[in-house]
Amino acid sequence: MKVVYLDNNATTRMADEVREAMLPYLTDLYGNPSSMHTFGGQVHRSIETSREQVASLINAEPDEIIFTSCGTESDNTALMSALLSRPDKRHIITTRVEHPAVLNFCKAMGRRGYRVTYLSVNKLGRLDLDELDEALDDDTAIVSVMHANNESGVIFPIRNIAERARSRGVPFHTDAVQTAGKIPVDVSDLNCDMMSLSGHKMHAAKGVAALYIRRGTRFAPYIIGGHQEKGRRGGTENVASIAGFGTASELARNHVASGDDAVRQLRDRLQQGLLDTCPGALVNGDPLNRIPNTLNISFEYVEGEAILLRLNEYNICASSGSACTSGSLEPSHVLRSMGVPFTAIHGSVRFSLSRYTGEDEIEFVLEKMPPVIRDLRELSPYVKEI
Amino acid sequence: MWEYTEKVRDLFLHPKNVGEIENPDAVGEVGSIVCGDALKLTLRVDRETDRIVDAKFRTFGCASAIASSTALTELIKGKTLDEALTITNKDIAKYLGGLPREKMHCSVMGREALEAAVASYRGEKRPGAEEGEIICQCFGITDQKLRRVIRENNLHTLDDVTNFTKAGGGCGSCVPDLERILNEVWAGQPVEKALKPKRRLTNIQKIALIQDVMEKEIRPLLQADGGDAELVDVDGNRVILSLRGTCTGCLMADVTMKNIERKLKELVSEDLLVEEP
Ligand SMILES: Cc1ncc(COP(=O)(O)O)c(C=O)c1O
Repeated sequence: MKVVYLDNNATTRMADEVREAMLPYLTDLYGNPSSMHTFGGQVHRSIETSREQVASLINAEPDEIIFTSCGTESDNTALMSALLSRPDKRHIITTRVEHPAVLNFCKAMGRRGYRVTYLSVNKLGRLDLDELDEALDDDTAIVSVMHANNESGVIFPIRNIAERARSRGVPFHTDAVQTAGKIPVDVSDLNCDMMSLSGHKMHAAKGVAALYIRRGTRFAPYIIGGHQEKGRRGGTENVASIAGFGTASELARNHVASGDDAVRQLRDRLQQGLLDTCPGALVNGDPLNRIPNTLNISFEYVEGEAILLRLNEYNICASSGSACTSGSLEPSHVLRSMGVPFTAIHGSVRFSLSRYTGEDEIEFVLEKMPPVIRDLRELSPYVKEI
Repeated sequence: MWEYTEKVRDLFLHPKNVGEIENPDAVGEVGSIVCGDALKLTLRVDRETDRIVDAKFRTFGCASAIASSTALTELIKGKTLDEALTITNKDIAKYLGGLPREKMHCSVMGREALEAAVASYRGEKRPGAEEGEIICQCFGITDQKLRRVIRENNLHTLDDVTNFTKAGGGCGSCVPDLERILNEVWAGQPVEKALKPKRRLTNIQKIALIQDVMEKEIRPLLQADGGDAELVDVDGNRVILSLRGTCTGCLMADVTMKNIERKLKELVSEDLLVEEP
């Protein structure tokens, strides 16, 4: 049975062009980019080409990009660098809905004596920027707010947030892992000091990512070692993956620049179709400020893991914010922060599309979903309440 | 990924005994939508013989909760109430060919629904329902339920207490209380511990095992809290550890050392003592 892959916020399929770009470095061109000989040197050039391609995706300069091993490392590096560069400042501002790569880092720093402000969101998943203004003080070392949320898809007003932070002299970091390649991402427009990207969310390999550091930003490395990445990130480069990441960035840039709206149209078709055919369904997150590939939808009185397992029988891949799938015993921190009612929070399903998603896949889900929900409601003791 | 048995998968996709008996003789409702799983069990009981002639369920929850409900109803049908009450959550799990450890609470929920139904039939207060002090506020778990499930399932670790009861799986603020209860339950039962076969380990085996437990069990837990521990030396039964990160100087350092010692005693040898250099 064909896989219907609607879990692209978790990871994406590798683009064919990316694989082709990687292959030489997995076979013949295995030299170390730091070596003096020509054999290694040519590998070095491929890294610099990738750096230009990644920079170009976000309108940065190549020397403002360092390659890392994952989005999590980029986030950790950005935050740690801000704290290490200003050891006198002991306050971090972030949001309640960040990815664990930021959230758990901040919690860990909280346990080490830092003061952390977690900005709250409203029902639509939007931030209250007055709360940010109130939280900013002379002790603030860094503000970190994600560009778009991986679960709800809600996009935050980064430029506005960055301006508020920077006008107080506080550096600003954004986790753009979920926006790069989906919507325009421009570091000078967004006015941020640091930005995280991750390869595997944009059709490159797993295990490669980037951190943008604006020229003039104070920086302290997180991984300390050799002189790679101009001493900003030690360790022999993941050459093949970096080469692929460059190609993926170019593909992403072309895709966004083309203004191709097919992903959004498919997402909207899925959303409308589910709302029409499944009673007791509600969309989570600001419908007007969402990345175009994401639909987070709750089915009241049914449990998300059960929905996913039924969909799994048809090889449909999605994810859920239910307690049973969160790995803890509580439902998603993002949906809880948004105050999604308990009747709906356990029954949330996230469908995330990519530019490779086909119309037939969406139609297939629309055909399978209503009976799945109906069957599970049949089992539910709360069924009368619908 | 789902680590469910074929039986769980099958009974999730094709549940049996779904629905609600009209004018039932007994009803047991446990769980709530807030907690993420709930089960309503209805029974038809023959008043003469006290025999369960029919059982139906409605369940809100994940695949294992739904499969556990089918297992429960299949297991109790045709039994007298007293016979049915001998069924434990372990029997439910066994019927399913086993449940993933973190899903064992689903089998516990099944057993509780049965108790509640029988109590309702007999006009008794449900055992353990309102009694006892609530320890886990997130999931409303009382100390009585904790003690019972810990004993019945021979639980010795905090993780397992959470796997079987959910307690501690929310905000985590009750974890110290859970530890206290675990200790109390087993403190009164030295016999159980003595039953554990003592392993005779060579020194090298012991050190290897200690290292293994450190890497797999202890350090990941500490690291999750921004701390760490390093194995400095093993001298006879003395394990010398040095705490790192947030663990050092932290008020909890003593507790941490004690917990590590407990883990090592449990998994390696009863005779070990943990010390700082
Ligand atoms: C918003 C966001 N930030 C960071 C990450 C972490 O990226 P990586 O998996 O590359 O560590 C993810 C991926 O799940 C994400 O969605």
